Amino acid sequence: MKITRQQVENVAVLARLELTDAETEMFTGQMDAILAYVDKLNELDTTGIVPTSHAVPMENAFRSDEVRPSIGTESALANAPGRVEGFFRVPKVIE
Amino acid sequence: MKYQAVIGLEVHVQLATDTKIFCGCSTKFGAPPNSQTCPVCLGMPGALPVLNRKVVEYAIKAGLATGCAIAPRSVFARKNYFYPDLPKGYQISQYELPICEHGQLDIEVEGVAKRIGITRIHMEEDAGKLVHGDVPGMGDGSGVDLNRACTPLLEIVSEPDLRSADEAVTYLKKLHQIVVYLGITDGNMEEGSFRCDANVSVMPVGSDKFGTRAEIKNVNSFKFVKQAIEYEIERQIELIEEGGKVVQETRLFDPGNGETRSMRGKEEAHDYRYFPDPDLVPLVISDDWVEDTRLGLPELPEAKMARYREELGLPLYDAEVLTASRELAEYFEACLLAGAGAKSAANWVMGEVTRGLNDGGIDIGACPVTPGQLAALLALIDKGTISNKIAKTVFDEMWQNGGEPAEIVEKKGLVQVSDTGEIEKIIDEIMAANMGQVEEYRGGKEKVFGFFVGQVMRASKGKANPAVVNDLLVKKLKG
Repeated sequence: MKITRQQVENVAVLARLELTDAETEMFTGQMDAILAYVDKLNELDTTGIVPTSHAVPMENAFRSDEVRPSIGTESALANAPGRVEGFFRVPKVIE
Repeated sequence: MKYQAVIGLEVHVQLATDTKIFCGCSTKFGAPPNSQTCPVCLGMPGALPVLNRKVVEYAIKAGLATGCAIAPRSVFARKNYFYPDLPKGYQISQYELPICEHGQLDIEVEGVAKRIGITRIHMEEDAGKLVHGDVPGMGDGSGVDLNRACTPLLEIVSEPDLRSADEAVTYLKKLHQIVVYLGITDGNMEEGSFRCDANVSVMPVGSDKFGTRAEIKNVNSFKFVKQAIEYEIERQIELIEEGGKVVQETRLFDPGNGETRSMRGKEEAHDYRYFPDPDLVPLVISDDWVEDTRLGLPELPEAKMARYREELGLPLYDAEVLTASRELAEYFEACLLAGAGAKSAANWVMGEVTRGLNDGGIDIGACPVTPGQLAALLALIDKGTISNKIAKTVFDEMWQNGGEPAEIVEKKGLVQVSDTGEIEKIIDEIMAANMGQVEEYRGGKEKVFGFFVGQVMRASKGKANPAVVNDLLVKKLKG
């Protein structure tokens, strides 16, 4: 096994997901299968190869420091589940 | 047992760009909530960040000014965590490949010089701002303002080389001075443009094994940093003495009572699962770019101070005061360019000019007396046209109502009297009117000399040349 139940529980906590026992069981099996599949890559010798951080061979995409119009408060808040004045409203975060 | 504190600092510097790090929204402070936002900084799906070139330039400047190596290739990474002020669910930062590494800053505390290592400097975006309670209708919720989200920051991380709160504050002040000199930040601590997290631990004196550290978050004044670190050192020592153990945690400084307190619940989230951000291509910085930036660096405070002492012959104190801010140093140097002598210009800038600025609560940039006018005033003193004392009157007049010093001197009839005949006449009159004091002086009571100087100056309305007055008085009084 590549993946333990505990790892799945831990990832679920980090992702703010509440899983049932059955789901935890199912995902442990699925994630394990995925990792086993990807593990095939370990058969290659990658000594001396720089890790690939990006798939596109491109560098230095810049913009200049020039102000462009923002979309405005109303558009920004258009899809907000809750708002007060110009703020997004969220459940209280500090006691 | 005696304990030794070990401190490392993480400083967040908000860069003075016009726009955010990954989008064209304005970074102007104080706009209505969420008015400076767009799909990129709101974290809308599918929106793509594009790097602001100026942020890179500023980061290179900061790196060069602190002796860092500039990485030829660096990469942005996603730091994953959930918090309502972070719309994407991750912060774009740098992790394994930051733009600057291996720098240092030299500080001096109580005459002892010390080199503090700078581990790294990296670029990242700021989060939004949360408001609690003070908005009508918010009720039992929090408000989120994303104007600040995506504002460019540099995080400057020191090695754990600091050993006291005083060292930490000295390091911070020096770093603050440098980044403000570079013109890459406004350095405004109240608005959060320069804020600090302090990692503090203690260990027995002589030990080489660091204790468990606590991280004090977001302290935004030099005074609070000192208080927070001192409190935290005491707290940890007491805890250990009582047989307890310091736990690794995040703590918050409360300026109200000068204490730090635990921010429960944050430690479990310390699993940021960094990975390279596929939305941002790698950053490649050529040697040419680095060298061009190096050539464009302003003279930094340390170099300026050395030059003031060596080339201008100013004392350490003057050099320190004049270089405290880049604007003040530039004002002083403009006086020299306009022909003023170094020491007299230094005295006036540190004296009358600074006093005027403090009294008026204004910055040197708003100083009503220009460097050219001050230099012209000093030239009048050098030529003997006016005394130092009269010069202060002229200076006040320039400060209040403007005008060129020569014109003011002429208009108000302040030209210094150096004509010996005229001064002799005044002295004769005063001696005649004060024979009693003349006798006292001649009887050996030399203290009354000052009385005569005062009388002569008053009679001449302050215009008599003090050196001439002194000379003549000595001669006449001795008879």
